[in-house]
Amino acid sequence: MIARRALTALAALFAAITLAPLLWMVSVSLMQPGEAGQFPPPLIPVDPTLANYRELFAAQGMGGFLLNSLLVSTLATLLALLFTLPAGYAFAKLRFPGQAATVQTLLALLLIPGQIGMLPLFLELKALGLVNSYAGVLVPWLAGIVGIFLVRQYALSIPDELLEAARIDGASEWEVFRHVVLPILRPAIATLALFVFLGSWNDFMWPLIVLSDQDLYTLPVALASLGRERAQDIELMMAGSVVTTVPVLLLFLALQRQFIGELLAGSVKG
Amino acid sequence: MSGAGIRAERRAGWLFSAPALLAIALFFILPTIASLALSLTDFDIYALADIRNLRFVGFDNYAALLADPLFWAALHNTLWFVLLGVPLVVVVSLGAAILVNERMVAWRPVWRVAFFAPYVATLVAAAMVWKYLLHTRYGLVNYALGALGLPRVDWLGDPRWAIPAITLFVVWKSFGYAMLIFLAALQTVPRELDEAARIDGAGWWARLRHVTLPAIAPATGLVAILTIIAMFQLFAEPYVMTEGGPAQSTITVLYLMFEEGFQWWNLGTGAAVAVVLFACILAAAVLPALAMRLLGVRKA
Repeated sequence: MIARRALTALAALFAAITLAPLLWMVSVSLMQPGEAGQFPPPLIPVDPTLANYRELFAAQGMGGFLLNSLLVSTLATLLALLFTLPAGYAFAKLRFPGQAATVQTLLALLLIPGQIGMLPLFLELKALGLVNSYAGVLVPWLAGIVGIFLVRQYALSIPDELLEAARIDGASEWEVFRHVVLPILRPAIATLALFVFLGSWNDFMWPLIVLSDQDLYTLPVALASLGRERAQDIELMMAGSVVTTVPVLLLFLALQRQFIGELLAGSVKG
Repeated sequence: MSGAGIRAERRAGWLFSAPALLAIALFFILPTIASLALSLTDFDIYALADIRNLRFVGFDNYAALLADPLFWAALHNTLWFVLLGVPLVVVVSLGAAILVNERMVAWRPVWRVAFFAPYVATLVAAAMVWKYLLHTRYGLVNYALGALGLPRVDWLGDPRWAIPAITLFVVWKSFGYAMLIFLAALQTVPRELDEAARIDGAGWWARLRHVTLPAIAPATGLVAILTIIAMFQLFAEPYVMTEGGPAQSTITVLYLMFEEGFQWWNLGTGAAVAVVLFACILAAAVLPALAMRLLGVRKA
C-alpha cells in the first residue's frame, strides 16, 4: 500500500514537472505587462487580464495568422488524404507490374530526411512561380511516404474476398475503392488526418523558407518573427505561444485515446 | 478472374498510385538528387538572378567547408547535442515508461497523456516558453536552483551552457514519444518471466537489469537511433532560443545549411552542407544495424 502511494506520488510529481512549462505559459499570458519580469518570478497573475491577447489580435494581426494556419493545415490534410489513400490501397491490394519494386523503393526513401532537398525544392518552386504562396507550403504534404505506409498497413487487413465479391457484382475498380474500401479505412483516415493536421500546424522551417510576405505567415513563423521584435515582452510572447499551441493541445486532449493507441500499435508492428 | 478484370485491376493500380508517385518524384526524389548536383556548383545570388552565371566547381564547396571553422563548430555542436541528448532521452523516457507500465501506479492513463503532451505542443511556441523559463534573472529554472542553494546559470547567454540548456528543452519536448516506444516494448515482456525472477528472490533493480532491459534492448536501440537522427535535425530550437549564439555556440548543421542557403544565398555551399548532413544521418541509421549484424556473425 505504501509502495503504491509512493509510486503514484512519484508519477504525479513527474507529470507536474512535465506540464509546468505549459501551465506557466498560460499563467504568464494573463499577467499585466511587465509583471513576469520580477524576482522572485510570480507563478499566478495578481490581477488577471486579457490585455496581451487584445494587443495580439488588435495590433499584431494574430487573428489573420490564426486563419492562415487553419487554412494551411486544413488544405494539407485534405491534399494528403487525396494523394495518400488511393496509393496506400493500391500498394496493399491491387496487383500491378512494378508494385513490389515501388514499395521497396519507397521504404528505402523513408531514410532520407526532407531537409536534404530543401534548397533545390526552393529553386524548383521558384521556377514554377510557387514561392511565397500556400501552394509552395503545401507541396511537401503531397509527397508523404509515411502516410502511404500507414494506409497500406490498414488496407492489408481487408479480405480479398470482399473486393472480389464487389467486382463480381459489377463494381468498377473506382466503385470498389469508393464504396467498399474507404468505409473500412475510416480509422486510418482519421489517424492520417490527425497526424497531418498536427504536423502541418507545427511545421516551421519550410513555411519560414517559402513565405516572405508577412500577411501569409502561419502562426509558428509569425510567433518566431514577433519574438525577435518583442523579446522583452514576456507576457505578450506567452499569449502568442498560447494562441499558437493551445489549439493543437486541445485537439490532442480530445483525441488522445486514438492518438496514443495508434502510436503504440505502430511501434509494436515496427 | 477474367482477363478484362486483371487489366482493369492493373490500370487501377497505376492510376491510384500515380498522383502520389508523381508528387514524390517531383517534390522529393528530384530535389534530393539535385542537392548532390547543386553542391558541385557555385550557385549563389548571381546565379539566382541569371542562371548563366552558374559554374561547375567540382568539390570546391566541400573543400571550402572543411576549411571553414564554422562548419566544424556546427558539426561539433551537433555531436554535443547527440552525446548529451541520447542518454538523457533514453533514461527519462524509459523511466516514464516503467512508471506508467507499473500496475501499482494509480491513474496511469492520466500520467501517460501528461508525459506525451509536450511532444504534441508546437515547437516554436514551446521553445519560446523555455527561453523565458531559462532566463538568467527572472526564469523559473534558476529560481528553483536558487531554492536548492545552487548558483544561477546564464543558460542561454554562456557558450558553455547553451547546448545543455537547449538539450534540456529537447529532452522535455521529445521524451513522450520515446516513452511510447518503450511502453509498447514493455508490454511484450512476459509477466511470468518477471514473476519467476521475483520468486527466485531478485530485487527490483536486479529484475530491471537482467529481465526487463535485455527484453527491450531492440526498443532502446530504436530510441537511440531516432534520437540521434532528431538531434541532427535541430533547427527551430536554436533559431528561436539563441539564434545560433552566443558566439555561434549553438549553430547546428541544419542551421548552417539554412544560413548558407537562405540567408546568404550560397546555395552551392548550402547543398554541400545538406549532403554532409545526409551522410551523417545515413551513418547513424545504417551503421548500428551493420555493426549488430557483424557482431552476430562473429558470435555464430
